[in-house]
Amino acid sequence: LPVPLSVAAMAAKRGTDEMRDRVVLGEFGVRNVHTTDFPGNYPGYEDAWDQRRFEEAFRVDVIREEEGVLEFDMVGIDAAIANAFRRILLAEVPTMAVEKVFVYNNTSIVQDEILAHRLGLIPIKADPRLFEYRNQGDEEGTEIDTLQFQLKIKCSRNPQAAKESSDPNELYFNHKVYSKHMTWVPLGNQTDLFPEADFRPVHDDILIALLRPGQEIDVLMHCVKGVGKDHAKFSPVATASYRLLPDITLLQPVEDEAAEKLQKCFSPGVIEIQNIKGKKVARVANARLDTFSREVFRHEGLKNLVRLARVRNHYIFSVESTGILPPDVLVSEAIKILMGKCQRFLNELDSVPME
Amino acid sequence: VQADGTDGNCVTFVLHDEDHTLGNSLRYMVMKNPDVEFCGYCITHPSESKINFRIQTRGTLPAVEPFRKGLTDLMGVCQHVLNTFEVRLLLKSSAAF
Repeated sequence: LPVPLSVAAMAAKRGTDEMRDRVVLGEFGVRNVHTTDFPGNYPGYEDAWDQRRFEEAFRVDVIREEEGVLEFDMVGIDAAIANAFRRILLAEVPTMAVEKVFVYNNTSIVQDEILAHRLGLIPIKADPRLFEYRNQGDEEGTEIDTLQFQLKIKCSRNPQAAKESSDPNELYFNHKVYSKHMTWVPLGNQTDLFPEADFRPVHDDILIALLRPGQEIDVLMHCVKGVGKDHAKFSPVATASYRLLPDITLLQPVEDEAAEKLQKCFSPGVIEIQNIKGKKVARVANARLDTFSREVFRHEGLKNLVRLARVRNHYIFSVESTGILPPDVLVSEAIKILMGKCQRFLNELDSVPME
Repeated sequence: VQADGTDGNCVTFVLHDEDHTLGNSLRYMVMKNPDVEFCGYCITHPSESKINFRIQTRGTLPAVEPFRKGLTDLMGVCQHVLNTFEVRLLLKSSAAF
């Protein structure tokens, strides 16, 4: 029930509200960084965990979904959990990547190990959920955990090239080795297991090596399932990051020249200038676009007119996938992995008796 | 998982193969429990992937209870986030048509 509060009490309440749900960017530092809304910290606030209250306050808004990029908002969740999702997206969602390279012939000038390193970093379009992890110590690889690719290419001279030409594209055949030259070699019964699947690198135009006539590369590659924690080549996202929603408030009305200067201090579109009764008045139009360069703090006259803050529980996620799995699938998988971790410990708690 | 402590109220769990990902989110969920007097986690050494997760409860509640409740609550949060996210995706893709 809203209890009528005196003016001083209202101001105090606003202060604690600000401390609870805004991270304030001051001139020389950031204040109120840590979450403090734990039970017992604030008298009069209900802070104990309540699933129903969480569900009412929580929402997800998908802002932009293009090929490979997903931008969505999560409102009503805490930093610890949002960060857990980000960490899992980067390091614990599994993918398939080249792990072992069997070099039969490499007479190019790219050394074996450099070539192997480059091949490992190529993203392979194979759904990792169809495969198992390879058992420890298993050198051979079975059809349920390994994908085999072959790269066999030889560079030769073009007999029809013009005498004076110096363009390598004309003089030589196959002098650039692209990822499109990698072919899938099915192991065992993989043709039956995956009848319509076409396993190949995500991008066809990744340059692997350069050759000259007489040089050839003949390698066989084994791809296994792994996670980013083990090697960054297994990371399924180009990057996954989040930022907090900016919150800009004008503490006093700003007019005329000061308004113009203020508009220039922020990213375009954040502050708009309206014409009210002939005077130019500044207004915060869209704080979401701002990148917080803190340019306002460099101007003496402007720095006390605004309060820069971020909303503590509103996260703007941006997930960019390498192409192996679409970004919405990646986010779902990340959430499932966190659930799996919790389940693992719950099972252990139940099975092992605590002394 | 290994537990070790003087009495049932103050227990340090050693969680293997875990890091800040589960540590911080679990700490947040356990701190939201009003019965918990102290909850914290630390990574013993950055080369080993092992965390010490300590829970101290008010009164005589065994410390395993808030740990279990924290894990279940965290699972509930993830489930709800997953459901909400998938519903929003479906709405967005059907609205596009």
